[in-house]
Amino acid sequence: MKPVYIHSVGSVSAQKTFENEEFLNEIREYNDTTVKVIDPNYKDFIPPAAARRMARGIKMSAVSSKNALTEAGLENVDAIIVGTGLGCIGDSERFVSDIIKNDEQFLTPTRFIQSSHNTVAGQIALGLGCKGHNFTFVHSAISFESSLIDAKMMLENDEAITVLVGGVDELVDHHVETHRLIGHIKKEPLASQDLLKSKTEGMVMGEGSHFFVLSNEKTPSSYSELLAVRTFNTISKDRLNQKINRFLESQQVSIEDIDLIILGNNGDINFDDYYKQLTTGIFANTAQAYYKHLSGDFDTASGFAFWLANKILKTQHIPDVVKLNAIESSSLKTILIYNQYRGENHSLTLIRKC
Amino acid sequence: MCKGVAITGIGAISAIGNNAQENYDALVSGKIGISTISKINTVHKDDIMVGEIEMTNDQLKEKLGIAKGDAISRTALLAMFAADEAILQAGITDINDYETGLISGTTVGGMDQSEKYYFEYFESEENWGHINGLHAGDSTQKLAAHIGLIESFASTISTACSSAANAIMLGARMIKSGQLDRVIVGGTDSLCKFTINGFKTLMIQSDTYNTPFDDNRKGLNLGEAAAYLVLESDEIIKKNKRTILGYVKGYGNANDAFHQTASSDNGDGAVLAMEKAFKVSGLKPSDIDYVNAHGTATPNNDLSEGRALLRTFGDKVPEFSSTKAFTGHTLAVAGGLEAVYSVLALQNNIIYPNLNFKTPMKEFSLLPQTTVKKKELRNVLSNSFGFGGNCSTLIFSKEA
Repeated sequence: MKPVYIHSVGSVSAQKTFENEEFLNEIREYNDTTVKVIDPNYKDFIPPAAARRMARGIKMSAVSSKNALTEAGLENVDAIIVGTGLGCIGDSERFVSDIIKNDEQFLTPTRFIQSSHNTVAGQIALGLGCKGHNFTFVHSAISFESSLIDAKMMLENDEAITVLVGGVDELVDHHVETHRLIGHIKKEPLASQDLLKSKTEGMVMGEGSHFFVLSNEKTPSSYSELLAVRTFNTISKDRLNQKINRFLESQQVSIEDIDLIILGNNGDINFDDYYKQLTTGIFANTAQAYYKHLSGDFDTASGFAFWLANKILKTQHIPDVVKLNAIESSSLKTILIYNQYRGENHSLTLIRKC
Repeated sequence: MCKGVAITGIGAISAIGNNAQENYDALVSGKIGISTISKINTVHKDDIMVGEIEMTNDQLKEKLGIAKGDAISRTALLAMFAADEAILQAGITDINDYETGLISGTTVGGMDQSEKYYFEYFESEENWGHINGLHAGDSTQKLAAHIGLIESFASTISTACSSAANAIMLGARMIKSGQLDRVIVGGTDSLCKFTINGFKTLMIQSDTYNTPFDDNRKGLNLGEAAAYLVLESDEIIKKNKRTILGYVKGYGNANDAFHQTASSDNGDGAVLAMEKAFKVSGLKPSDIDYVNAHGTATPNNDLSEGRALLRTFGDKVPEFSSTKAFTGHTLAVAGGLEAVYSVLALQNNIIYPNLNFKTPMKEFSLLPQTTVKKKELRNVLSNSFGFGGNCSTLIFSKEA
């Protein structure tokens, strides 16, 4: 089996991450229940006529995928794999709402077409003229990790040399309002820096698009090696340590080898216990980081974590704003990312400096 | 040449039957499932025909042992119904006894419920249980819970009308690469106003019975279905003396990269998908005994697919038929339902008829198989194509 490397990154998020030369140089702070991406200048990436009816998810992904391809020095790839919890949900919601309001009359196809969950993957393929493998995963908090698993398998088995892998989700009003009704989104604004002090239920919801070029050929500028990714539909708290230990053992890695653990705390008092169990337990002596105070939480927010982990390995620098504890690791080689959403759809991703 | 991945269980529910056997019986006896719509009160009910499953949500819940009040979408209920059948047939007693995965394809997820309560959610909390059901992955997560799967890989693929085909492909690859010992693969989609109106705007829905590969075809009939297969590793087969129903022998996915919703005139993506499937399987076009075509009966698909078949098979196109005249186009499930049909075709050495065909298309001289035909089948090829240029081919074989 061939090893798998991360060649490049591309991000559009609630922070100014769309310029790859920068790495969280200036932090945008929020005090809200939702956070939107900082829009790059889309005109630099998309012809204005095309941009007009384009879903936000496509726009964000046009920028982040282009940045990843440019950094990798590639015009095309062998495969495109995208994870998205909800696809271009803004268009889906408009289409449903129009169906109801207009009693199923006077509808136009654009909203429906863009509602297809694989619109982003399809649009990128269309733009590049990429006729290779094209998959879209739509499974809540493991949508992005499912894409990583598929890409890794392709590259290990030499079914592709370069794969563009991404995660994208949009923040949309109706979705926010309904999910606030059921307590999944916070009812009161919360300042970014207070995310972990929150004593309330629900998340601060965000959006974003993250793309990466993965390859089975190492280059001098590769960010890291992707050692392992696993997802679990369920894990109970009392089984979490065992699952993580077994995951690390399968890679011949011990807890002491982990130089940094990046955790998906989203400030939900009902579910952040999973992370607390680790930060005060088996990873108590490990450097710890979190990120959802910067990105907000959404189905593919772990794409931001993957971006962060790769940037940290490349720059050999952990920005203070993401640090959860004061432990300084003597080296920065191996990073573990752990995420879960509402106690379900857990993921473990392990990368190493290469 | 790669060894195929064993299929040990199949399950299906569609407009022509509540289990795999009923589906098969309908296919060979010419019983179609296309009718006017009865369960959805749409203003288009007089200008469309659909492939609707007879059972109501309450009846499905009763059979599944689920309380009437539980907020579960029709998409998830259909999935549970079909997956239960596949798991039972495989003879699995403990779903967690091996490393087991679940990969399901869907396009609408819980939209059938979301569209009902879209504005109502703000008036009353009665149906709040359905809010989270809008996530496509929610139907898979509920299916995983229903079959008792824990601490496992459970994921959802949504590549429009090739979703289930891609789920089967991914499952086979994960078994081959040793990541899983067993995987439940397939797809589920229920009818809803969302897709009825969506396809209406694209003007590719027929107001009468769909006629695949006919020169006068007017478009598709939407259908609803769920279909799942159990794939298992050699180790499980050996230890548990499983009955093998067939093998997933080849698979290929490619992108047409031509248009967001239409297929290219020459079927580039389809040709590439079939070529990849041949490469994986080690088979040649001449080894294929029957093609279960995508054949949606839209002007665009059947022309593009027909040309792709000619480019792939030359002047020796094997017997081919589309079963969508029976079931309607079941969107995400199409590749899963037709995988079940392909396995049943292999087991029974039967080619299904392409119904409603009268006039050959003027662009070429391809003639689908229009009657039930008995023929010794070794390898069956099944195509599924979707929006976003997604093209998938699966090859099912009797021999590994």
